[in-house]
Amino acid sequence: MTATPKDELARVVRDHAGRLAAALVGLTGDFATAEDMVQDAVEAALTHWPAEGIPERPDAWLFTVARRRGLDHLKRQARYRSKLALLHWPTQPEPDDRLRLIFTCCHPALPRTGQIALTLRAVCGLTTAQIARAFLLPETTIGQRITRAKRKISEAGIPYRIPDPDELASRLSEVLAVIYLLFNEGYLATTGEVSHDRNLADDAEFLATLLHRLMPAEPEVMGLLALIRLHQARTAARFDADGRIIQLPDQDRSLWNHTVVTNAGDLIARAAAHRRPGPYQLQAAIVACHAEAKRWQDTDWPQILVLYTMLLRLQPSPVTRLHRAVALRYTDGPRAALAELEQLADTLDGYHLYHATRAELLRADNQPEMAQEADERALPLAANPAEIDLLRHRLPWR
Amino acid sequence: MKYVLMFVETEQFAADLAAMDDAERERAYGRVGQWFTEHADQVTRHVYLMPPESATTLRLDGGEPVITDGPFVEGKEIVSGFAEIDVDNLDAALRLAKSWPGCPLVEVRPIAAT
Repeated sequence: MTATPKDELARVVRDHAGRLAAALVGLTGDFATAEDMVQDAVEAALTHWPAEGIPERPDAWLFTVARRRGLDHLKRQARYRSKLALLHWPTQPEPDDRLRLIFTCCHPALPRTGQIALTLRAVCGLTTAQIARAFLLPETTIGQRITRAKRKISEAGIPYRIPDPDELASRLSEVLAVIYLLFNEGYLATTGEVSHDRNLADDAEFLATLLHRLMPAEPEVMGLLALIRLHQARTAARFDADGRIIQLPDQDRSLWNHTVVTNAGDLIARAAAHRRPGPYQLQAAIVACHAEAKRWQDTDWPQILVLYTMLLRLQPSPVTRLHRAVALRYTDGPRAALAELEQLADTLDGYHLYHATRAELLRADNQPEMAQEADERALPLAANPAEIDLLRHRLPWR
Repeated sequence: MKYVLMFVETEQFAADLAAMDDAERERAYGRVGQWFTEHADQVTRHVYLMPPESATTLRLDGGEPVITDGPFVEGKEIVSGFAEIDVDNLDAALRLAKSWPGCPLVEVRPIAAT
């Protein structure tokens, strides 16, 4: 796939905005002010670059604009003005400071929605308008989330630092959760046609790649990165020309990016060598079982079942049990899987995939009427247009 | 930065405390006392409150002040004490709060700069 000018613009902004934000927070000591300056510069870049071309040194361009905007906006705040006036480019051959930025944006004292919006803006260089479009929310809502999160950072004294070793595990899982949510949001919203100027799945991949580079010895970071890449490697086969979901058994596997699949498999193996298994590594391993199967019939279901059992032990969840039941269908038959689903009936009654899965199992067990009933239950619960479409096609339309 | 740690007791905690024998309760109080000794350089002051039955609440937004018996919110979670701490940032405050050996809920709130 060749990069479009739009992709290229997103990539350059992504590569430089967070770096600049990190450097400016470090230099000014004020998170909110530095982040506003970078946001101004990003908005200026999105106005100028598409027409004038991307400058040779985008980082220097962004810095110059950010600094100038900062000086304009801060006329009354002598404290920052004097600091800013002293700033020159290149600031210094500073090490990549984005890890501190990421940990601050994903601080557990911030609400999840604030963590997500702030990470996208400060680390990935999205504008408020782009975030709003990606989440189908009003711009004012995203603006408020950003404002509140930044106010909390300053008022509550959330520091700009990398957590101490004893805090790292829990703080890192917070960061990984944000990236994972972003990826899911982007991945589920993805249809054949790309309508947004920023794809959240790409931003999630960018964040996971960055985090892996900055923390190369963290197996769960490797696991999440592998998981994201394994999904992305197969995006091209997920939709037909009309944007309809093609389910895994029917996908054209020659459309998958097998190099990416192989590399992700290597990443999972390297992560496993650390002997610190975790939910992301296990999920990646499960997806790898699918991605590495030459044909649907070759899927290693016993292995997938083992991995789901391990995942459940680490992180009990009804949704994971539902997925495990699907594997059980292929190792022990649809009856065994249906019996497992029976036990989830109360907890997952409001979840469309519970009913959709049940429908498939019932169909496999030769109970078409019951299957149709289950599909009908699933339909009003689904939110994604492509999924709704898929369910509709299974139902005789009335 | 200065923060207040608000110590909040739950019904369960109060019940557990009441169910302890004297020696156990002594040990529990001892752990709290030890915490204050260990963190004396960060805790600038602290108070333990009398039980909520002893509280009296005034409403001043009416005209004539209305005086009622009890705390301002009737709830299952009751503020039982405060500690004022002086630490570098929220992470340091959270670290301190995490080691608190008393009641099961702690609210950490920054003190407004004066």
